[in-house]
Amino acid sequence: MENKIKIDFDKTFKNYSSNDELGFKKNNLENFIKEGLPGRKLESWKFSDLNQIINKNIGELNFYIDPSKENLIDNTLIIKDFDHNKIVFINGKVEELDFSFEDKDKVKILKEFEISTKIKSKNSLLNLNNAFCKNFYKINISKNYTMNKPLIIYHVSTNNISSTTLNSQLNFILEENSSLKIVDIYEDKSEKNFINIFYSFILKENAILKNFKIDKLQNSNIKYSYNNIDQSKNSVSETFILSNGSKFLKNEINCNLNGQYSSAFINGVFSLDTDKHHEIRTSVNHLVENTKSYQLIKSVLDDKSKSVYQGKIYVSPDAQKTDGYQLSKCILLDKNTEFNAKPELEIYADDVKCSHGSASGSLNENSIFYLRSRGLSYKQAKKLLISGFLLDVIEKITDEEIKSFIKKTMELNQ
Amino acid sequence: MDEKNLDIIKDYKYGFSTDIENIKAPKGLNEEVIKFISNIKKEPKWLLDWRLQAYKRLKVLKEPDWQKPKYPKINYQDLYYYSAPKNFNEKPKKLEDLDPKLLETYKKLGIPLDEQKRLNGIAVDAVFDSVSVATTFKDTLTKNGIIFCSISEAVQKHPDLVKKYLGTVIPITDHYFATLNSAVFTDGSFVYIPEGVRCPMELSTYFRINASDTGQFERTLIIADKGSYVSYLEGCTAPMRDENQLHAANVELIALDDAEIKYSTVQNWYPGDKDGKGGIYNFVTKRGLCKGNNSKISWTQVETGSAITWKYPSCILKGDNSIGEFYSIAITNNHQKADTGTKMIHLGKNTKSKIISKGISAGLSDMTYRGLVDISPNAENSNNYTQCDSLLMGNKCGAHTIPYIKNKNSNSNIAHEATTSKISEDQLHYCQQRGLNPEEAVGLIVNGFCKEVLQQLPMEFAVEAQKLVGISLEGSVG
Repeated sequence: MENKIKIDFDKTFKNYSSNDELGFKKNNLENFIKEGLPGRKLESWKFSDLNQIINKNIGELNFYIDPSKENLIDNTLIIKDFDHNKIVFINGKVEELDFSFEDKDKVKILKEFEISTKIKSKNSLLNLNNAFCKNFYKINISKNYTMNKPLIIYHVSTNNISSTTLNSQLNFILEENSSLKIVDIYEDKSEKNFINIFYSFILKENAILKNFKIDKLQNSNIKYSYNNIDQSKNSVSETFILSNGSKFLKNEINCNLNGQYSSAFINGVFSLDTDKHHEIRTSVNHLVENTKSYQLIKSVLDDKSKSVYQGKIYVSPDAQKTDGYQLSKCILLDKNTEFNAKPELEIYADDVKCSHGSASGSLNENSIFYLRSRGLSYKQAKKLLISGFLLDVIEKITDEEIKSFIKKTMELNQ
Repeated sequence: MDEKNLDIIKDYKYGFSTDIENIKAPKGLNEEVIKFISNIKKEPKWLLDWRLQAYKRLKVLKEPDWQKPKYPKINYQDLYYYSAPKNFNEKPKKLEDLDPKLLETYKKLGIPLDEQKRLNGIAVDAVFDSVSVATTFKDTLTKNGIIFCSISEAVQKHPDLVKKYLGTVIPITDHYFATLNSAVFTDGSFVYIPEGVRCPMELSTYFRINASDTGQFERTLIIADKGSYVSYLEGCTAPMRDENQLHAANVELIALDDAEIKYSTVQNWYPGDKDGKGGIYNFVTKRGLCKGNNSKISWTQVETGSAITWKYPSCILKGDNSIGEFYSIAITNNHQKADTGTKMIHLGKNTKSKIISKGISAGLSDMTYRGLVDISPNAENSNNYTQCDSLLMGNKCGAHTIPYIKNKNSNSNIAHEATTSKISEDQLHYCQQRGLNPEEAVGLIVNGFCKEVLQQLPMEFAVEAQKLVGISLEGSVG
C-alpha cells in the first residue's frame, strides 16, 4: 500500500505549491503510512477490525480521484420533505454550498487553511483524512443567530468510482447563542468504497447543535464517521444516529464538556440485516462541574448482522455533580446475529451520579403471545414490537419536522 | 545480599529474613532453576517436560500492559523461584516436630493447626513460603475418600489424576503470568472429591508470603467428580516488606457432572504503607471449568489487601445447564490499585451466570471492574445477570467499570447494570443522628452495601471479612 498511496498523493496534489497546507498533509500522510488502517489490536477497534474488513470487502484501496470528471448534482436525490440549506459532497468533494435560506452575513464560509482549528486525535484515519481532504471548509454561525432552516449534508458517491477512499471534512463554529441543525444523508450510487468523514464542532456559550446522521440507503460501502464536539458553558449538543444501510459503518462521537451546565445527548438506532456490521463508539468527557450526558442506543439485528456499542463516560477529578447515563439494548432476531457492548465508566470524582445498563436478548415471547391473542399474526406482532422498541429512541428527537422525516424514512408509524 | 550464595545450584542458602533457614534456588529464571525445582520435588519426567515447555513458551510471550494499574518493571532474573523451610526434607510427623518459630507464626495468623481446634471443622493445608508443611484433619477426609494434600504430594501419590487435569483449564499456552507459574510453580493445594461425596467440612489453606524477594507461585487444582460438593476457603496475610513482592498463582477448578465447587477468598495481603511504598503484587489466574452437565462453580472474593490486585476469576460453562457465579467485594485505600472482575464464558445450553461486584475506593486509590460475558452461538437459552456498583469515598480516588458484553445467541439474554456514587449525605446524617460517630456510620453503610456478597461467604469467613471491610477503610472518613 505504501508505494501506491505515495504515488496517488503526489498525483492528487501535483498542482499544489509547497506551503503550510502541503506540509501538514505530508506529515499526516507519513503518520498514516506508519500506523496503517486500524485493526483489532487497538482497543477502540477491538470489535471491528477495519483493516480486515477493507481487505475482505474492497481489497486494495485507491486514493486518487480523477478531478477532470464532472460531477453533476442529481436533483432526484434532493429531499423534498422540507426546505433546507444544503452542502453536497460528490465523491468526497464539495460541489455545492447553498445557504439561501439564511442571512448572508450571519453564516460565514471560510476556505482558508488554518492549522490551529484542526481536530486533535490520535487516529490514523484522521491522518488519512487530513492528507487527502481537498478543502477544509470552516462554517461559522454568527452570535445570536438561529438558522431558519436545517442544513442537509448530502454525501453522494457516483457509480464511476470503486475501491477508492473518499475523504471529507467540515469544521463548524457555533458562536454564542447560535443554533444549528444538521442532517447527514448518504446517497450512494457506488459500490465498495471506503468513505471517511470528519466533523469538528466548537460550541460557544449557549449554543445548540443538533446532528442527525441517517444511513438508510442499502449499499456495499465501508464508512467511518467521526464527530468531535467541544462544548462551552450552557451549550447543548444532540446527536442522533440511524445505522442501517451500509455494509459497514462506524460512527464515533467524541464530546468534551468544557463548560459548566453543558449537556450532551447521544441517541442511536441500529437496524441491521444481511451480514452488516455497524458500530457506535462514544466518548463523553465530563471535564468541569455540573455537566450532564445521556446516551440511549437500541439495536435490532437480523440475518447474520452484528452491532457494536462502545460507550465511555469519563469524569475528571474536577467534574463534581456530574450526571451521566448510558443505556444500550438489543434484540437479536436471528441465530447468527451478534451484539457486542462495552459500556465503560471511568470516574475520578466522588459526588457524581453515573450509571449504565445493557441488555440483550430475544423478542419477549409473552408480548408476542399477548398480541397474537388479540388477533395479530406473528409477523404483525413482531413488527409492532420492534417498532415500539425503536420508536422509544426516535421519540427522543427534539425537532418535530426531522423526527417525522426520520419516522417516514424508517417506515415507522405510530 | 551475599553474592557467593547466589550462583551455586543445590547449595543451601541460610535464611536472613526470618529465623527459619531457607533452601533457595539461586536468583533468576532459566532452565537450570526449573530443573532444580523439579529435582528437589522429585517430580516425574513428564512434569519437568511440561514445565520446560511452558518456559519455552514464556520466552516468546510478552508481559501484558493493557491493565489500568501500572507498576514498575519486574526484573524476573532478580527473583528467587524456590525457597522452602529447611527441615522439610526430614518431614515432620507430629506438630511438635515442627520448627517452633513456624508454629509461632501460624499462631499469630490464627491458623487452627492444633488438634484441639479440630472442633472448628476446618482442615488446614498451611503453606509457608512455598511448601506445604502440615495437613490436619486427614483422617475424616480420607474416610470419605477425599484427597486434600499439597500438589507436590499429589504428584507423587496420585500422578494419574494430576496428569489428567493439570493445565486443562489454564493451559501452558495461556497469558504471561499463568505460563510463568506453569514453568516455576513450587507448591499449592490439591483437592479431589470422589463421585457422589459431599465434603463434610470447609477446606482451607492459608497462604503466607515471608521470604524476601521470593515470588510466590502457587498452583491449586480442585477436582469435583460427578455429583460431589466442596467448599474451599483461601485466605492470605503477609508481613511488612519494603520492596514489592510478586504473587502469580494459578487456581484451576474442574466440576464434572452435577458437581459443585464453591471457592471463597479473603485476601488481605500487605498493601504497602500510607505513601504507597511496598506491598504485594497480586497477579493471580483463577479459572473454573464447568465440564459436566448441571455443574456449578461459584467464586466469592473479598479483596482488601495488596498494592495491586489484578485478577479475573472466571467460569467456563461448558456443560449444559451449568451455572457460574461471581461475588466480589474489592476495597482499595491509600495508594492501592485493583483491576478485577470476572469472565463468564457460556458454551453449553441453558447455562446461567450471575455477577455481583461491589467496589469501594477511598484515599488515593484506583479501582477498576473489568469483566467479560460471552455467550457463544451454541449456548441456547443462556442467561447472564451482572450488577456492579462502585462507591467512591473522597475526591482523589477513581472507580471505573469496563464490562465487555458479547451476545452471539438470539435465545439468550444478558442484562448488565452498573452504578457509581458516593455515600449519601442523608444516610450518614441519619446514622449520626442515632448516635454513631462518622466512622461507625460509614462502616455500617459500607457493610450494608456489601451485604449481598458477604452473605455468600461461609460463616467462618463472613465474620472475618466484615471486620476487614471496616479495618480497610479506617482513616478514610473525614
